[in-house]
Amino acid sequence: MSHSSDQGDAIEFHKVSFRIDHSRDLLHDINLAVNRGETLILLGRSGSGKTTTLKLVNRLLTPSEGEVRVEGRPTREWDVIRLRRMTGYVIQDVGLFPHFTVERNIGLVPKIEGWPASRIQARVQELLRLVGLDPGVASHYPRELSGGQRQRVGVARALAADPPILLMDEPFGALDPITRAELQREFLELQKRLKKTVVFVTHDLREALLLGTRIALMDAGRLVTIKTAEEFPGSKEPLIVAYLDAFGSDFAGRRDGGRS
Amino acid sequence: MNVWQFMLQNRSEILELTLEHLWLVGISTVLAVLIGIPLGILITRWPALNKPVLGSANIIQTIPSLALFGFLLPAPWIGARADRLAILALTLYALLPLIRNTYAGIKGVDPAVVEAGRGMGLTDRQLLLQVELPLALGVIIAGVRVATVISVGLATIAAAIGAGGLGEYIFRGLAMVNNSVILAGAIPAAAMALLADVSLGWLEKRLSPH
Repeated sequence: MSHSSDQGDAIEFHKVSFRIDHSRDLLHDINLAVNRGETLILLGRSGSGKTTTLKLVNRLLTPSEGEVRVEGRPTREWDVIRLRRMTGYVIQDVGLFPHFTVERNIGLVPKIEGWPASRIQARVQELLRLVGLDPGVASHYPRELSGGQRQRVGVARALAADPPILLMDEPFGALDPITRAELQREFLELQKRLKKTVVFVTHDLREALLLGTRIALMDAGRLVTIKTAEEFPGSKEPLIVAYLDAFGSDFAGRRDGGRS
Repeated sequence: MNVWQFMLQNRSEILELTLEHLWLVGISTVLAVLIGIPLGILITRWPALNKPVLGSANIIQTIPSLALFGFLLPAPWIGARADRLAILALTLYALLPLIRNTYAGIKGVDPAVVEAGRGMGLTDRQLLLQVELPLALGVIIAGVRVATVISVGLATIAAAIGAGGLGEYIFRGLAMVNNSVILAGAIPAAAMALLADVSLGWLEKRLSPH
């Protein structure tokens, strides 16, 4: 990967707090390192600070204290446009440009980066196949697509300029259960091939266990613990136990079945 | 003499006044677009300016048109010629719908679309030109439409300060207590307003996304 400074963590949080004006901390003293090529899940209930944490990585937000380093460099020192172009961003509401075709949606960043038209076109075709869409949808508008197709386009758009880092904020949260399961499976396939550094926000424990290399559990703006997906179900950490209880006890076996 | 006979007899003068009217409305609308749309964009970027800008435009709108013409009369250069005065007043009146609609149009863009755009590394300028303005265009054109239609009506008042236009007939007819003369000014003005409304409405529909 051209961007990576060969060694070190892709993303580090160093004593990061975040607040708006003088209100209480939305995030408090977060320390976290995301390894290159892993999928780190930020798990927690609504308002726990997952999304805020994610937005600190591509500097949609800046820390009030401490620093977030991407490829070893504090986000504050990055040229923010370069930083965002090397961190693909996928959100629950997708946010496709409704006035652009699928092709223009996916090809926008490459176009701005000055790629020749033929290369953009080839890249769009390649990405559509990669996310399991018929290349024929390239000429369609977002309104003509189903929810699952739209999110596939959202993922393709985020991957367009081949960013080493992918930030995903409950990307499958608005989809029906069957489509969601489909996209989760495809994500695993994709990740096996692409080995991006992924930070993935979800409140769904099953999703976390299925997709994550490691799971960072957040609560009320604090990072409670980080465990590998394997350690997580057996943990005696009270908040993890509470989470496991809330989701019932049958998921652990399923997960192993699903992964092998 | 009925209206139609009167209009037929005076068709060359009516045509001349209509063109004058169009000129007043056209120039002032173009000026208002050139000022109002950037102002509308500006207040989406600098929220602190929002209240003063929209407030001023609102206040201008509440000044009765005859009074506004009167206020502007002592202004240098502008006050020297009636048509300049009329164009300035019409421009000021047209500002509010343009500023407000530009602001509302941009603010009305789906926040997820804007967030996605920012997140993928669009600069503020790229976001504005490629995403926000195209998506707000329908609402902005709706503002131009409202401004134009109001302008066509207001421009008839411009005749009171000697700026010409179809108001000439209306004021003359009022003085003569002659409905035919009033209508000879009012009918073309109404037709112009309708035409502007329909054509800009068509444009609005065509340029609206979705």
